[in-house]
Amino acid sequence: MPPPDIEAIAEQVFTALADPSRRGILAELASGGPATATDLADRLPITRQAIAKHLALLAEAGLVTAEHGERRRVRYRLRSAPMQVAQQFLAALARDWDGRLDALKDVLSKD
Amino acid sequence: MAFPDRIERTVEIAHPPAKVWAALTTAEGLGTWFGNQATIDLRPGGAAQMTWTSGDRANMRIERVEEPSVFGFTWHIYGLPDDDPRRTYVEFTLEPVGGGTRLTVVESGFAQLPEGEHQKAFGGNVDGWANELGELVEYLNAAA
Repeated sequence: MPPPDIEAIAEQVFTALADPSRRGILAELASGGPATATDLADRLPITRQAIAKHLALLAEAGLVTAEHGERRRVRYRLRSAPMQVAQQFLAALARDWDGRLDALKDVLSKD
Repeated sequence: MAFPDRIERTVEIAHPPAKVWAALTTAEGLGTWFGNQATIDLRPGGAAQMTWTSGDRANMRIERVEEPSVFGFTWHIYGLPDDDPRRTYVEFTLEPVGGGTRLTVVESGFAQLPEGEHQKAFGGNVDGWANELGELVEYLNAAA
């Protein structure tokens, strides 16, 4: 099995998050749970057509998954696995060993 | 975009390795420059914990103890769920230079996916709260 291309996954997450409408959709799914395109159009200042287009892109990237709900309505659900890959990237950037090592030097030089 | 798997830093410290070692491997030391408080069971397989006044905490598992030159531990990747198995490995290497110490820290493992995670990240399983709640409902139904 080839190594998983986690860069590609992270890149899709950041591309998705770069657009304010898609951030709005993802935030709504995160806070309110699975929803249909119609639900999202009611709650967000985005047209139904634009929401459908964004949901298609998000589904393609694996960030949301479509599932059939009541009366055959398609509901979209957030998928957290790609977000967790992106989180690893952010964790590496946020680790701040520079600050930690400065603090270590400061503490040792005080004695 | 390059996904960083490894972070490496080297600093020169004007104190001998024994003193730097104590700062890295004792509760008193770790609780001063790193956390606000710390506990440590200094042996391979031992546990260490740092806590901060912010309420954050870090649990470490000690992997290497070779006084006074190598100290290594693994810990959780910040921001991932508590039950996520991914951990990064941090290794401090101390070398005497003159009367001081050259300290190198390497943290590696940011760009990893554990077994089964590949499938999970690319497609297939749905996960998250809806799943957990579904399992809770099943559990309660079975218990009723």
